[in-house]
Amino acid sequence: MSYHRLEIKNLTVSYKRVPAVHHLTVELRCGSCVGLLGPNGAGKTSLFKAMVGLVPVETGSVTFHGHDRRAAISEIAYLPQRTMVDWDFPITVRRMVEMGRYQALGWWKTFRKEDRQAVDRALETMELEFLGDRQISALSGGQQQRAFLARALAQEAHVFLLDEPFSGLDKPAQDLLAGAIRRLANAGNLLVVSHHDLQTVRDLFDQVIFLNGELVAFGDTDQVFTEENIRKTFQTHIFSGSAHEPDLAV
Amino acid sequence: MNLTWLFEPFQHEFMKRALFGCALIGFTNGALSAFIVIRRLALMADAMAHSLLPGLAIALLLFGLMPGTLFVGALIAALLVAFGTQIISSSSRIKEDTALGLLFACSFSLGLVLISLSRVSVNVSDYLFGNVLGLGDADLWIIYLISLMVLPLLVALERPLLLTMFEPSVAASQGVPVNKLKYLLMGVLVLSMISSLQAVGVILALGMLIAPAATVYLLSDSFASMFWAGGILGCIGSCTGLLISFWLNLPSGPCIVLVLGLIFLLAYLFSPKYGIARKLVRPRHLHEASLARWDRRNES
Repeated sequence: MSYHRLEIKNLTVSYKRVPAVHHLTVELRCGSCVGLLGPNGAGKTSLFKAMVGLVPVETGSVTFHGHDRRAAISEIAYLPQRTMVDWDFPITVRRMVEMGRYQALGWWKTFRKEDRQAVDRALETMELEFLGDRQISALSGGQQQRAFLARALAQEAHVFLLDEPFSGLDKPAQDLLAGAIRRLANAGNLLVVSHHDLQTVRDLFDQVIFLNGELVAFGDTDQVFTEENIRKTFQTHIFSGSAHEPDLAV
Repeated sequence: MNLTWLFEPFQHEFMKRALFGCALIGFTNGALSAFIVIRRLALMADAMAHSLLPGLAIALLLFGLMPGTLFVGALIAALLVAFGTQIISSSSRIKEDTALGLLFACSFSLGLVLISLSRVSVNVSDYLFGNVLGLGDADLWIIYLISLMVLPLLVALERPLLLTMFEPSVAASQGVPVNKLKYLLMGVLVLSMISSLQAVGVILALGMLIAPAATVYLLSDSFASMFWAGGILGCIGSCTGLLISFWLNLPSGPCIVLVLGLIFLLAYLFSPKYGIARKLVRPRHLHEASLARWDRRNES
């Protein structure tokens, strides 16, 4: 089976003229779930934003299936951290998932049968079909995260960039979200997930990227998720020089 | 019982005009208020309202009392304040709210000084608090044209505006021109304010630009209803306020805003979903909390 590939070549991103990501090169393949690990300020969010064109790229490129990412806008879905969302927004779960279809429909066209089906499918896949009429703040944290995944599914995205989706979730909600993410990966999607809980990395991710301004290590989880790489990534911050001590118990 | 007083307003030409103007302004501002409330632009709108004044004054000094030039002057002044705010906040460490507050206070003061210098005798309070009974043909045309421009524009751009308001970063990642839409919304806001100038004045226009959607926000979880119901509420509320002001011989602008405020108060107290009364009479086992608890149990 051939897979889509997302290639990041020699990518440098600066945030307010301070380099956030330095000459990063990785090649990711669809059908896998990739953990993005690094301390605060390591450039994880900057990397995501650069991949969807929210911050300017200084050098390098992001290509999807051989095309520049700009030609594949609807293929890449970015899900910001939960704290960035206005949960009191007057919108129900279903209406929010419908937003995923806006790109395909443009600014005017009305919803067709296939659009409604895509929304139904997305809600079902994320096990939210009975919660469609709820206002989004009336969902639990895990359900909120899955609602955003459902929207990306309705968009028919192939690449899902998730910024700290597990933070603030209790164990059962984490497990349910992990299941949903795994199903998406098994269905041939690429999920890149920034994550800070080192204890759960082995269970969640096929591959990991260790990032601290620049690439520390990248590869299959069982090969690169080592004590040494964790130490290298988390103990010194390349640009600020400040030490960062995470919980190293793996 | 003699009910002629009830229908008396409809027999006067000036009241028919006023009602027509109020219905249009009420609907347009009410629909637009959905965006003001959701984007939290209330204070921005207040500032813009004040900054219209120097433009009016300069137009008055240069051309005298002509609705057309007053309109252009107000537009230019408001846009200058809006862009000045963006320039100061993006080129220095001064934040947007500070820049805006500073500019609009200065702009308003400049307006007052200029009006005092004007040789044309003009009642400043007409522009601050409106005089809907004095709506002329030109004013009605301005109101009509602005409504005709603003409403279809907002309807046409509903999807990208909704995406932008909900999650600006995600919208931008999907290629929605987030910044352009932001400026467009500012422009629309200024236009609506100008159309309200003659009717309720720059200060009271704010009530029409906030109250309707704020009321519907307490009653509904749908943005589309905030937009349409906000429009209808603004329309009905404005006309009711105007009629009450006629029957009771009270100033019209404040009556309109008070009616809208009263409707908001009712929603605040008695909204079936988000009202205060419901929270007070509701048993201690909160429905949502209980639902969320069961959801969590099902998840585990």
